[in-house]
Amino acid sequence: MRLRSRLMLSFILKRIVSTIPVMAVVALTVFLLLRLSPGDPAAVIAGDYATAEQIAKIREQLGLNEPIVVQFVHWLGALVRGDLGVSIFSNLPVTTLIAQRIEPTLMLALTTIVFSVLVAVPLGVLAAWKSGTWVDRAVMAFAVIGFSVPVFVMGYFLIYGFALGLHWFPVQGYRSPFTDPGLFVSHITLPTLALSAIFIALIARITRASVLEVLQEDYIRTARAKGQAETKVLLVHALGNAAVPIVTVIGLGVALLIGGVVVTESVFNIPGLGRLVVDAILKRDYPIIQGLILFFSFLYIALNLLIDILYTLLDPRIRY
Amino acid sequence: MSETAKALPVGATMFGGWRPLAARYPFVVASAAIILAMVLAAIFAPLLWTIDPLALNPLQRLKPPSELNWFGTDQFGRDVWSRVVFGTRVSVTVGVAVAILSISIGLVIGLLAGYIRMLDGILMRIMDGLMAIPGVLLAIALVSLSGASQITVIIAITVPEIPRVVRLVRAVVLTVREEPYVEAAIAAGTRLPLILIRHVLPNCVPALIVQATYVCASAMLTEAILSFLGAGTPPEIPSWGNMMAEGRAFFPIAPRIVLFPGAALALMILAVNVLGDGLRDRLDPKLARRV
Repeated sequence: MRLRSRLMLSFILKRIVSTIPVMAVVALTVFLLLRLSPGDPAAVIAGDYATAEQIAKIREQLGLNEPIVVQFVHWLGALVRGDLGVSIFSNLPVTTLIAQRIEPTLMLALTTIVFSVLVAVPLGVLAAWKSGTWVDRAVMAFAVIGFSVPVFVMGYFLIYGFALGLHWFPVQGYRSPFTDPGLFVSHITLPTLALSAIFIALIARITRASVLEVLQEDYIRTARAKGQAETKVLLVHALGNAAVPIVTVIGLGVALLIGGVVVTESVFNIPGLGRLVVDAILKRDYPIIQGLILFFSFLYIALNLLIDILYTLLDPRIRY
Repeated sequence: MSETAKALPVGATMFGGWRPLAARYPFVVASAAIILAMVLAAIFAPLLWTIDPLALNPLQRLKPPSELNWFGTDQFGRDVWSRVVFGTRVSVTVGVAVAILSISIGLVIGLLAGYIRMLDGILMRIMDGLMAIPGVLLAIALVSLSGASQITVIIAITVPEIPRVVRLVRAVVLTVREEPYVEAAIAAGTRLPLILIRHVLPNCVPALIVQATYVCASAMLTEAILSFLGAGTPPEIPSWGNMMAEGRAFFPIAPRIVLFPGAALALMILAVNVLGDGLRDRLDPKLARRV
């Protein structure tokens, strides 16, 4: 037991250390993006009608006049202190802008993950249990469709049917759950449905595959042989042992979620981080785009680290 | 790998004739037919559009579908059908170009990483880092820094697709390099480039064909997202994403301006994904069993 917990601790430490090179590559990539892009990035950011003065000012603001190594040291130093840069347009720190806009994004991401898991896991287990029957085929067909219909296309079809057609939900907008929970639910329902389709597809597929694999194990046959109820076999023995790949997919799906949130917020006019990106594109406010890339990348790395650590605590079969 | 190797001599005989093929894989064959139709539409677009897709006609704004305008007209009186047909061109070009580019670049990097131990660590850390950056955001940054053009968009979508190809190729190389025939080749004094091309590369082909279809679908989706967000194909070119972005303000009055290109995009991606799944089941059964 002592040995095991020591092994576990060293694994967790190793895993944490292993994120450092990944984060370094992310930081270097984002840094080099601006410096190595063809042409004069300051001129591109300033736009077609900018004066030489404006371009010079932007170059100054981005620190592009110094030698590249000096630039990198300054930039990395600021990054380590949690400074993601300053918006060209509003002159506010990017971290402040993120803090202002993060609530709707976080809420949409949470409702999407919760809803997707609640729908997809039972669907996946059902498909695995009824494997080879029409139920299985229907679930898998739904998964292929859910995986293929782009989130904004799904969003517009949902608005067309449920908001413009049936008037069940508002067309666009966002309300905070802390001020008005009822309006929050009615506003967040369609975006959540649109964004969930791809996750339901992804999670249902992996749940089906993992449960199917576990169902062939000897201990499942034993459980059945000793007269265990089928629901208990499925939910406790099979799903319990299939949990690891399912959680992994949810972690990896965060990358998809980030891209999806940006688009969904744009379709449903939700004032979150996705709208921050779109506004930054329109105003050519590159520091915001760069800051958000760093923010989302580090979030993704941290979440996957957390999931990996959770396994080692939850699943005794994980080898270190 | 032996089973995939046996399935390798592809061509018409791979599935054993056409009619049994359609009976056994109805969805895959239907998808292939849809893709073929879309590709033909892209190539012969000028013959298919009824009205110049760029022509403005202020007198015919927001008209419902009619004999003249099959899908109606948009807020500038442009013909939606002709523009959707033109959009096929943009989508197919981007999908095919990104698939070819990212597979070729990923193949080279993957072969190097899998075969040369010294490079493996560095290359794979770089790939891990690239994979941690959300692809859509990376593409947005690349496009907004180098200005919107079709070539920029293709490059911007290719970059985030490369790491997954590299990982796939590397995984195949790592299993193949232990095979007796590779050891025999090394023992016989075959030079490294020749080993890679003659023995390792053919083993990557089935997995790469499958991966190419997924990359193609993903690239078409990303192109549409980028255009929709205003960081993609230049707005004067009627791509599906641009049409949806421009039509959204008129969505409550004329939803079809948004829904027609949206449906075309969804159908296209669905067809490519179904074809990819079919190819995977056939060419890469090991992968098929895992997912």
